This record gives sequence, structure tokens and C-alpha cells, in this order.
Amino acid sequence: MSEMMEIVKVGIADMNIVKSPQIIRTSGLGSCVGIVLYDEGRKIAGLVHIMLPNSSLAKSGQLNPAKFADTGIRHLAIVLSQNGARRSCLQAKIAGGAQMFKFTSGNDLIRIGNRNIEAVKMVLSSLEISIVAEDTGGSSGRTIEFNPENSLLMIRTVSQNVKYI
Amino acid sequence: MVIDSSCKSFSCLSNERLDLIKEVGNIGAGHAATALSTMFNKRIEMKVPFVNVLTFQEALEITGGPENTVVGLYLRVDGEISGNLFCLLTVEQAEKMASEMLEKQGADYTSLRDRMSVSVLKEVANIILGAFISAISDLTKLPMYPTVPSINVDMAGALISFGLIELSQASDVVLVINTSLFEAEYNQTVIDCNLLFILDNPSYEKLFHAIEVSDK
Repeated sequence: MSEMMEIVKVGIADMNIVKSPQIIRTSGLGSCVGIVLYDEGRKIAGLVHIMLPNSSLAKSGQLNPAKFADTGIRHLAIVLSQNGARRSCLQAKIAGGAQMFKFTSGNDLIRIGNRNIEAVKMVLSSLEISIVAEDTGGSSGRTIEFNPENSLLMIRTVSQNVKYI
Repeated sequence: MVIDSSCKSFSCLSNERLDLIKEVGNIGAGHAATALSTMFNKRIEMKVPFVNVLTFQEALEITGGPENTVVGLYLRVDGEISGNLFCLLTVEQAEKMASEMLEKQGADYTSLRDRMSVSVLKEVANIILGAFISAISDLTKLPMYPTVPSINVDMAGALISFGLIELSQASDVVLVINTSLFEAEYNQTVIDCNLLFILDNPSYEKLFHAIEVSDK
């Protein structure tokens, strides 16, 4: 059964949407955060893999919205609405935001994982999208896969077993 | 060497400049190979560095895919030239290195997450990556200050993406200097490590300037 499912892959600083029976996945989340927005009834979901908390950090003119929490989540919500999801029914599941290396340094970007998670939560709350489940923080990389059929988010890490949230 | 048409921030990179960067990578890797050779008392060879402008996703793919489990030794470089330097090893490679080093000290190898193994591998990183950095610093006469190395065993994508964060504020592409050091013995690679240097955006111009001036 699972072999027949089409898996749509989302890269880093990238986004996409799927409808059941498609599945959407992103691999190797470290300090980045994967945000899934979905409409449970319509079985449609989108995933954005963000790297940075805020688009105000951008130092160049051209902006890839999927790179930042603020622009990425807003953009994904719009694309989902345009493709048949009901804006008021959108819910979120999030994963990632780990701290991959531990050492002392004055650089703010070292704690980027935590800052990404905080930013994601702030943006979601300002859009009044509730977080149904999350697997965030820690120091492990994650691969995540969302199935809009049952609204389950699969999380795989190197050291632990696969789990569903 | 082809620069992808989607190249945004590095569109100024000519073939000559890419060759210069390759030469910088060559010199850095040569010194790292010598350091590794001295440490393990083995003959170490190196591959011609791969230097190219990649998208972030392409950069995460260079060690066998973002989900591939690797041992990442990482250090941050600050100073006039700043960036992130990785030494990526397969789990088997790291285990071999750690056990060989520990045996020399008369200690037993237990596991990769053991305190002794971590400490030994950090020392390996210090020596190899330190040699890489000091060679480039000597060449350019620009100060570079490496931090103490960190180590993690995890998905390649999760480790490498950490090195892209600083750069990602200003760019959607990355210039990657990637090279392999290896020991080929009886057609079997005994030591094989992947060096990956990701420079911060403003460092390129400084680097070019320093080499081009010293060339004249």
C-alpha cells in the first residue's frame, strides 16, 4: 500500500502542498523547522522548511519567502487557501529547531534552532492557527513526513525509533 | 567549471576566480593531508578539490543525501575570513580513527559516543582542520581564528544546514570547497574524510583580493 503512495519532497528553504493520497516529506531538519499546515476535512496539507526566524534578517534584495518563518508560513497559508483548503480550518504540526552543535560563542545564530521555534509559534498564533502537535528542540536531526489522509506526522531521528504525532 | 544560471550572489565569479578558490582549497587540503599522515603515520592522498556554486539543497546532497548518517566534526572560523568548516566521516571511518588513536594510547575503544572517543576525534579535527585553516591564513596573510571543534553523529542534512545559516541571510546559493583525504591500501580505503568549507558572504571578496594582490 505505502509503495503506491506518491511522496512529494520539499527541500531546504522550500515549500509545497499535497492532497490525499499524496504524502509530503522533508529530510534532514537540523536547526531548521518544518511546519505542516493542513485542513483535516479536505485532506489537503502543505509543508514549508524554513531556515531563519524573520525576513528582516535578509541582507539581499531578492527574497525567497520559504526561507523565513514569517513569510514562509503566511505564504503557505495563502497557497493552501487558493487550492481548496478552508483558511479557518487550518491547523499546524511542527518539528525541528534542534541545536546541532554545542559550544560557547557570542554568535546569536548558534541558538538559531530556539529562535526559529519561537518565531514559528508567534507567526502561527498571529494567524490564529493552532498547533496540534510538535516535536521541537533537542540536538537531533529529523526527517518528517505528513499524510493528509490521517493527519499524522511521522518523525524519524537517527537515535530513536520512528514516531507519529 | 559552469556557474549555474540561477546563481545570484556569486554571479561575479569568473572561471579564473573559481580556479583561485580551487587552489586555496588545494593548499588547505594538502596541509590537512600532511597533518593526518603524521598523526596516523600513513600515506594520505587527496582528491582535487571540488569547487562550485550550489543551491542549499545541492549542498546537503554532497555526502550521500540529507538523511545519510555521518559523523560531523565542525568548527567555526572567525576573523578577516570567516566561515564554517566541516570534516565529515562515515560512522565506520570515525570508529576506525577513534579505535586506532586510542590503541596507540593503550586505551580500549568502546563506542563513538564514549567520552574518550569524542575527545580523540575532536583532537583529530583540531589537527586536520587547524592545518587547513592555517595554510589558508598563511597564504592570504589574513588572520583566521578557529573555535574549539564540536562533534555530532547525525543526518548529513541536519549538520550541514547548520553551516549554511549565517550565509543564508544574504544568499540562496553557496560556494562549496569540498575535498577528500584518503588512504588507499590494498585497494581498500582505510581513512577517508570529507572536508567542507563554507565561507560567509563578505569573505569571498577579501579572499580574492588577498590572493590577487599576492599574485602580482
